Amino acid sequence: MAPLIDEVPGQARDVVVRASKLDLTFQTNDGPVHALKGVDLDIHAGDFVSFIGPSGCGKTTFLRCVAALETPTGGSLTVNGMTPDEARRARAYGYVFQAAGLYPWRTIARNIALPLEIMGYSKADQKDRIERVLSLVDLEGFGGKFPWQLSGGMQQRASIARALAFDADILLMDEPFGALDEIVRDRLNEELLKLWDRTGKTIGFVTHSIPEAVYLSTKIVVMSPRPGRITDVIDSTLPKERPLEIRDSPEFIEIAHRVREGLRAGHVED
Amino acid sequence: MRAFVPILVVVAGLIGLWYFAMLPMNAHQAVLDAERAGAVVSPETAAERRDMSGWSLVTRNFGVVSQGVWAQDRPRLPAPHQVAIELWETTVEKKITSKRSLVFHGWITLSATLVGFAIGTVMGVLLAVGIVYNRAMDLSVMPWAIASQTIPILAIAPMIIVVLNSVGLQGLIPKAIISAYLSFFPVVVGMVKGLRSPDPMQLDLLRTYAASGSQGFWKLRLPASMPYLFASLKIGIAASLVGAIVGELPTGAVRGLGARMLAGSYYGQTVQIWSALFAAAICAAVLVGIVGLIQRVTLKRMGLT
Repeated sequence: MAPLIDEVPGQARDVVVRASKLDLTFQTNDGPVHALKGVDLDIHAGDFVSFIGPSGCGKTTFLRCVAALETPTGGSLTVNGMTPDEARRARAYGYVFQAAGLYPWRTIARNIALPLEIMGYSKADQKDRIERVLSLVDLEGFGGKFPWQLSGGMQQRASIARALAFDADILLMDEPFGALDEIVRDRLNEELLKLWDRTGKTIGFVTHSIPEAVYLSTKIVVMSPRPGRITDVIDSTLPKERPLEIRDSPEFIEIAHRVREGLRAGHVED
Repeated sequence: MRAFVPILVVVAGLIGLWYFAMLPMNAHQAVLDAERAGAVVSPETAAERRDMSGWSLVTRNFGVVSQGVWAQDRPRLPAPHQVAIELWETTVEKKITSKRSLVFHGWITLSATLVGFAIGTVMGVLLAVGIVYNRAMDLSVMPWAIASQTIPILAIAPMIIVVLNSVGLQGLIPKAIISAYLSFFPVVVGMVKGLRSPDPMQLDLLRTYAASGSQGFWKLRLPASMPYLFASLKIGIAASLVGAIVGELPTGAVRGLGARMLAGSYYGQTVQIWSALFAAAICAAVLVGIVGLIQRVTLKRMGLT
């Protein structure tokens, strides 16, 4: 299937992820759990899409469906015009988990080399790419260190570098900064935006934090639980250039307000 | 250095206890020797003394007992220094080709131990891989492995020796197999746990790379299992030595530490038994120490310590 073209005038970009009427029901001992119900969503090339919502709203599940780590039970989902599993086998995306998940027995450089080894890149190519992504996440000179010698924030940066090392156009991030303190988080948010700007990747980003979602995204997907569904999709009006101070601007506060409203609306229906 | 003080205190305490225990253990012989040498002892005849406890002999003949227990030819309990002297004479002062050299006998046992340990480790790792990757093996192998360890090794060792002998296998191999029989088990248990130690997130990560099963094994499961493997190897190598010694007992073997113990017990040579026991213990300590050293070097190079 050829990539679908979005029909918004002046914004003719490829659809990277297209979900329609997506359902996912887990069968548990307490009966079926509707993790996702009737989810419709398009993600375009170059988008930075945040998924926000309370626990159990299916935001991580949706990301895992895109990554073919879960299999939907209904509806359709395409990634780069393929089924998610084909996209996974075509190595279409890099995935960043909540924990850095670096192998403790590998140095940072060798951790970044892991996907490259698996995908069969040449030694010389591996070396170049490791250098490049280390500088992309500001970890030059740390390639020879073991993970335990790095702080939590640096470990998470290394895991982002690992996801960037191969040529996937999509970056899926599941609460990558959830375990970090606010100060480190701010800094990594700023760096992530720069990185997104430089690489032009399409990013799917799961978060619990309203300011984080508003600050980072071009599109914010507000979700609510039981059943997991989308309650609002907000296209950000913030400029692409975003200093941290933008979080005090009226525009930012307005979007944050709308996100909060969306979250509350989801809760009222409970 | 500070760790040495408590260790030395404990060792000194044990040696003290050992010397102390020699009094009642060797009292009968000491009193008999004194009687033969013409001393007055109480009670006067061996028949009267036979059913008496060691302690009552000690209290009634403290003088002769306290002198006569330390250097007997065939004491019930030899003194630590007697064992030490025997160890010295049979290791350093004998040519290693001599039938009386403990180095010679030690090597016989050690070679069977090492071969058995190698077989047991390979078997254990292979079984663990099978258990982790094959559902049928997962459900079927472990109960058998556990059952195999509930059979007393002393009961099954002669059967293994006899069966293998009937197909023409003698000497090192049957002992190595008994040794492997004991050492594969801790390796299986440790490796299964180790190969299953990567968390779901790490397995998911490999899935996102579309990694193959063998890549998952070599790059994630196997390295993740190393700390578990080494813990098992330490138990396994000590078990191997026990297996090799036990394998020497029922065959009437004339070579090896087990054979020394057996010969010692036939001829009442307690000093020989004890020195063979100590040689085995020292071998075990050295082997475990070597495995520990390899563990430290490997895990350090892997960045896991």
